[in-house]
Order: sequence, then structure tokens, then C-alpha cells
Amino acid sequence: MSEISQDKSFSTPEKRSKTLIPYAMLCELTHRCPLACPYCSNPVQLELKSNEISTDLWKKALSDAVKIGILQAHFSGGEPTARKDLEELVSHASKIGLYTNLITSGVLINEDRLKKLYDAGLDHVQVSIQDTDPENSEKIAGFKGHQKKITTCGLIRKVGLPLTINSVMHRQNLHNLKDMINLAVQLDAERLEVAQVQYYGWALKNQTAFLPTRKQLDDATIIVEEARKKYKGILAIDYVVPDYYAKKPKSCMGGWGRQFLNITPAGKVLPCHAAESLDFLNFENLKEKSLAWIWEHSESFNRFRGTDWMPEPCRSCDRREIDWGGCRCQAFALTGNADAADPTCEFSPYRKVLDEPLSKAGNKTPEFVYRKF
Amino acid sequence: MNKLTKLELSHIPKLPRHAKLRFDEARKKWIINAPERVFELDEIAAEVMQLVNGNISINSIVDSLHNKFKEASREQISKDVIIMLQSLADKGFIVSE
Repeated sequence: MSEISQDKSFSTPEKRSKTLIPYAMLCELTHRCPLACPYCSNPVQLELKSNEISTDLWKKALSDAVKIGILQAHFSGGEPTARKDLEELVSHASKIGLYTNLITSGVLINEDRLKKLYDAGLDHVQVSIQDTDPENSEKIAGFKGHQKKITTCGLIRKVGLPLTINSVMHRQNLHNLKDMINLAVQLDAERLEVAQVQYYGWALKNQTAFLPTRKQLDDATIIVEEARKKYKGILAIDYVVPDYYAKKPKSCMGGWGRQFLNITPAGKVLPCHAAESLDFLNFENLKEKSLAWIWEHSESFNRFRGTDWMPEPCRSCDRREIDWGGCRCQAFALTGNADAADPTCEFSPYRKVLDEPLSKAGNKTPEFVYRKF
Repeated sequence: MNKLTKLELSHIPKLPRHAKLRFDEARKKWIINAPERVFELDEIAAEVMQLVNGNISINSIVDSLHNKFKEASREQISKDVIIMLQSLADKGFIVSE
């Protein structure tokens, strides 16, 4: 039995796109969102409501996804509950056999709508919580909604849906990690994702405000290890040490164009949600090309697929099919060269670009640069 | 629905609502869909999981498999089934009524 998830590499040996079968799709239904998180993973340039694709085109995309072997559809945003057709899309996805997950801030939803989503076949909900301290939670989110999130979590369990808490942990909330684990248990969540800020796009503007210190991370690792033992079978905790402090890069998305695709509110198909930061690539749109064609033949999906694109030191590295060269968006954001080894790798000639931000990790914390839709 | 920290032969296992077993045509494999995870089942795991339905005990599952695969000892099958199901139960993907 093998298990896959985004942080693990996929063992299938095929190298050509023809034989690769994707696992999951992220459906960014909208970029509209009431929150203003300074680490938002949406592109710096947001799509307006008027550019959002229709219900019918989303349904076609979901049907086409099943045909190419996709197993899971994650409905995300922005805030996906801002789309009135969410129930209709979940119902369609569920009927055609997709595993459906709603990724939400939890601030725009009530019990009635949760029941409708349950009846539509929704399999799972993931709610973001910015901190356990309400004041700090609302400061980070740039929105007064902490209590509403807690209430929503209770309603999710009440209607019978499984719950994952996603908490982006960083310099300004890692001191509350133990409380966050306890909160997840109290809320009867099955899973807690202790997520890391990814420093490209908007988050890069706030890098110094978020980068944790080595000490904070070492403490966090101990807390997580203890909690995993204590809550075995009760709460699963996903946690990885952020790559700035690691020696090896993450296997970003399980490799470019290998396991995953992302559809933007405007219908563009991307190999990862941050791929538009690679501004030299042209991303195909569902309005013009089929999902299957884009997955298999598009220039953007093939550009960093496999290992042929790799320069040294990746090309001859024995980990090249483990981490697939790490994160292309990070390489481009930090070095200006999208083909470069991920600078988080100890063998990268650019590793020093991380030293400067890391050296500031203990300094005074700057103010956030919020994002507003 | 109960979480199972230690499986016993008398337990009646089932998948929770958030874990779904199905045959995947694209991969020609049985899989379990779960939050942010896909378990691809090997042949033995697929045989076991198709018997996990919330109606029969682990004991009965072992009997059933022993009838089908006579070359393996009942003791060995029992051990393998418990190990496999426990690994899923530890992650919350096997529960009991």
C-alpha cells in the first residue's frame, strides 16, 4: 500500500507526460475574499468577478478531470463560498466520482448552507484559523471573524462533515502552537495542517514579518512530535519544517505537471497555484483548449516536467526524481532564473539568497502589508 | 462512530464518511480517497478493504480471506489484516460502529 500527499514523492517511474495521471485539482472558484491575509497564496494580480468562468464551464472541467484520472477536487479561492453555484458544482463533482473538499475561511457560511453541501455529497471541509488568540487571529487575517470561524467548525461537525484545521504558523503565532493543537482536538477535527508561509507572490512582501527563528522551529518540532504521540488515532498532524531552514528542497506539488493541476477563476490551467508568478510562461485557458490537451501537450505543463529541463547541480543529483528540482516559483522569485536549483537546496549556488532574510529573523517585526480584494 | 486506537478481532470495522473506497479505472487499482491523500491498494489490501463494510467483524473478514487464499495460514492472515487495518485506524481511516 502506498500513500501520496503533496509533500511526498510519487513512485511511478514513467517520465513522459503521456503516461502521467494527475491525482488532484484545485478549483479556485473566485479570488473574492473578505479576508486580507498578508501571506495570501493567490497571485499578486487578482481576477475580477466579471472574469470568472461560468457554472457550465466548471462542470465541464470537472467531468474532463475524471476522464484524465483525477481523483480529488478541492474547491478553493479566494473564498469559494462567495460563489452561489458552489452546491451545484459539489453535487456534480460528487456524482461523477470525485472526492470533494471545501477549503474555506468559514466566515461566509451558515448551518443551512453546510447542510445543503452535505446533501450535495461534500466529503470534507478545511477551515483556516490564523491563531488561537482572537485578537492576533483577526490582526493576521485583517478581518474580524475569529469567533465566526470557531462557530462554523462546530456546525461542520454538527452536520456530520469531517474537519481539517489549516493553520499557517509563523513568527507571530508559533508561540501558540500547543493551543492550536488543543483547539483542533476541542473542535473535534480529524486533521491539523501546520502550514508554512510560502514566500512568493504576496507573501514575499511580508517575508521578514513571518520568517520564524530557528529556536521557534525547534520548539515547534518537539511540540508536534509529542502531540502526535498523545493524539494518535484522534488527531493527525501534518507538519514539515519550512524549506528555508531545510537542506533539501521540498518536492513541490510532487513535481511539476506530475500529480496536480490548478484552475484559476478565469479558467486558466496551471501546474500549481503560484505558477502565474512565472510571468514568461503562457498558460492555456479552458475556454480555448480541453483539460486533457493542456495536461498532456501544453508548453507550460511540459516546461519543467520530468528532469530533461534541469541544469546542474540538479541534472546529475541522485535526488532529482525525489524532489524534482524543488519549487520553480521560489527559484524564480529569489534568483530571477526559473531553471536554477531551488535556493533552499544546500547544493544550490544561490543558497546565500536565503541568508539575508534568515539573518533578520530575530530582528524587530515589521508591520504587515495587507492584501485587499 | 468510534475511533479505534487498538484493533481487536471482534471489532466491526468500517470506513468513516471521509474515506472512500473505489476502483479507479485510470490506474486499474483499488484506491481509498481521504483528505489530501490517496491510498493506492495492492492486491491483498484491496481484497481486505472490499470486506470492510461495517457489517462483519475482523474475525469474519479473516475467515473469508482464509477460505479464498488457502495457501496462507489463518494465523498469518489474521496478523496481516490487523496490521493493515491498524495502520489505517491510526490515521482515522478505519472506525467501528
